[in-house]
Amino acid sequence: MVPLSWYIVLSAVVFSIGVVGFLIRRNIIIMLISIEIMLNAVNISLAAFSHYLQDIRGQIFVFFVIAVAAAEVAIGLALIIALFRNKPTLNVDEINIMKW
Amino acid sequence: MSFLNLNFMYIKPIAPELIITCIALILMLLDLIVRRKEVIALVGIIGTTLALYLTFKVYGLAGPQTVFNGMFVLDGYSSFFKFIFYINAILTICISLKYMEIEKAAYGEYYALLLFATAGMMIIASALDLIVLYLGIELMSLSTYILVGIIRHDTKSNEAAIKYFLLGGFSSAFLLYGASLIYGLTGTTNIGAIAAFISEKGFAGNQMLLLSMALFTVAFGFKIAAAPFHMWAPDAYEGAPTSITAFMSVGPKAAGFAALGRVFMVAFSSIKVEWSTVLIPLAVLSMCIGNIVAISQTNIKRMLAYSSIAHAGYALLGVIAGTNSGLSSMMNYMFIYAFMNIGAFAVVIMLRREGFKGEDLSDYEGLAKNHPLAAALMLVFMFSLTGIPPTAGFIAKFYVFMEVIKTGHVLLAVIAVLFSVASAFFYLRVVMYMYMKEPRGEVILTTSAPICIALAVTALIVIVFGIFPSSLLDFVSLAISG
Amino acid sequence: MTTLQIFFIYFAVMTTLSSILVITRKNAVHSVIWMLVLFVHIAAIYLFLNAELLAAIQIIVYAGAILVLYLFVIMLLNLREEDTKKKFLSQWPLGLITGVVFIMFFILILGKITVFPTPGKYSVEFIKSEGIMMTIGKVLYTEYLLPFEVVSLILLVAIIGAVVLAKKKIS
Repeated sequence: MVPLSWYIVLSAVVFSIGVVGFLIRRNIIIMLISIEIMLNAVNISLAAFSHYLQDIRGQIFVFFVIAVAAAEVAIGLALIIALFRNKPTLNVDEINIMKW
Repeated sequence: MSFLNLNFMYIKPIAPELIITCIALILMLLDLIVRRKEVIALVGIIGTTLALYLTFKVYGLAGPQTVFNGMFVLDGYSSFFKFIFYINAILTICISLKYMEIEKAAYGEYYALLLFATAGMMIIASALDLIVLYLGIELMSLSTYILVGIIRHDTKSNEAAIKYFLLGGFSSAFLLYGASLIYGLTGTTNIGAIAAFISEKGFAGNQMLLLSMALFTVAFGFKIAAAPFHMWAPDAYEGAPTSITAFMSVGPKAAGFAALGRVFMVAFSSIKVEWSTVLIPLAVLSMCIGNIVAISQTNIKRMLAYSSIAHAGYALLGVIAGTNSGLSSMMNYMFIYAFMNIGAFAVVIMLRREGFKGEDLSDYEGLAKNHPLAAALMLVFMFSLTGIPPTAGFIAKFYVFMEVIKTGHVLLAVIAVLFSVASAFFYLRVVMYMYMKEPRGEVILTTSAPICIALAVTALIVIVFGIFPSSLLDFVSLAISG
Repeated sequence: MTTLQIFFIYFAVMTTLSSILVITRKNAVHSVIWMLVLFVHIAAIYLFLNAELLAAIQIIVYAGAILVLYLFVIMLLNLREEDTKKKFLSQWPLGLITGVVFIMFFILILGKITVFPTPGKYSVEFIKSEGIMMTIGKVLYTEYLLPFEVVSLILLVAIIGAVVLAKKKIS
């Protein structure tokens, strides 16, 4: 039997990697991917809690998160395409018409 | 209730949300057959008014009604926030009709998305379950990201949307992580059940609970644009279409406060001391950064963005008080803020015309000479945002400060008053530009009937509630009692 | 250490490694490919947790839909010249420190986690006798009706948004 804490620590580590990816990368697409990694980390912990609490609601939560993640990606990529048409760059520090 | 039981009683509490959603869908279809955007806007306003009427009819009557297995509640708290969202939607539709044509982005989807965002906010205000809360936040945020970037041929709008989107998604992930920890700790996502479980097991000092509270603070901090989680706000507010800036500086912020109040006051009620210790620096920093940085801004939208960060700080004081009356002072604040802020943006929108942005502070020089009425309205809104009596802004601030003092945070109230005095500098600078300086060039105002109505309503409310606040206060107190 | 634990360690290490690779690759396409590896391993972790349906959905939605969308957009935008530029922001050490602090903080608090509430009725045996689809479907379409409908709205908004934002300029 794998203890619960292993899953939660794994989830925390993956979440932090997502945070780091978001904070250090210049490429907007990879920042978006980092958010996906964070959501996946949350999903791991939700599924783990669901299993150990013997409660199905955690899994249902994961479903909703996956559905929302798909919607978020669709909008994010549409925004990126709209931006790229006007200004062919994907680097977040070059998106600077307005100062950050 | 384990099986579907869709009789009318069962869906009655959710009727306003259903109306808003249906109207949004109808607007999408109407856009195909009607060319005139005025018709679409009018249908949107009528639908929202209908929902407002329905909410008003049940407001303050019975106690809370929960449906959908305790996931959705109709109570005074949520109803009051829904009033803010309806007003926000109606006023935004009014001020955006002409404006979006000038921006050459008069899409029919715009109005549908406004209503979808409003539906999301209403779900947030009524959510009693973290899953519903999360989904409401996402519905609201996703619609708002699109609205911010809807002028797709304008790079500024694109950039604003990207920044808002990235930081919004980032903060949502924090919210989810906090929710997952709470779920692991208590085995439930129901806000009431979480509170019951924590107090029953005596988990008040649990580290995991505190960690989850911290994650929620980060997420809500982003949503209400409180410092230090405000970095997206100035850019998103500046780049967005001005009507959407007005919309998102009121709606999502009020929704964020609704969620903050619900989660912190109910689910985390047993760690009140801890979360108010975390929120106090947030509030002070917001007031500090908002008011100080606003002084150096030359773009009025950016200045109002920083002012909205500062106002998030003031409204947070009501939550920090941690009492029901503190909460109602926060609600009162958001209600008045909605009117004065949208009013100010309506004046900003009037300056926009084909080939002229009208966003620079210098564009306001000598406005009073050519357009005394517009200048007078702007004066009222600026006075109100500063908090000078007899405007409603003073009442809003007065009650928030009083609640903070009542709970013993005298120093905090003093700091807030000091920053509020400092804020006079940049608000009144606009007034000074309008009245003391000579006009530089001819400023032509773009007026239309809807925007005049919106201005009249907002100015009237700001003045009337400034002079006779008692009716508003009675109205708010109904929210907490019923 | 049981066999199960050894397998878990493999998947956990691969998950961590592939997510590190995702955020450090210069070429966005490589990142996306590593994300595929990441998602497959996360799906395997769901299998450890008796969440077979989640594992399937993870592969279908993430690997099947989201990843393809990413690849499609990256190809569409033709980012060849991006490869030559530097990949990290100038303030990257700050981000890294934040991440390390996060990890330490999380592990400190979550490392000794145990289950507090009394376990519910959805034990492994219960789900086995009922079937995972049936169990989830029953809860999803009755108890979670409202969130389910809200998700449908969110997906609708995503469709509208994608069309409105990515459409060419209408003359």
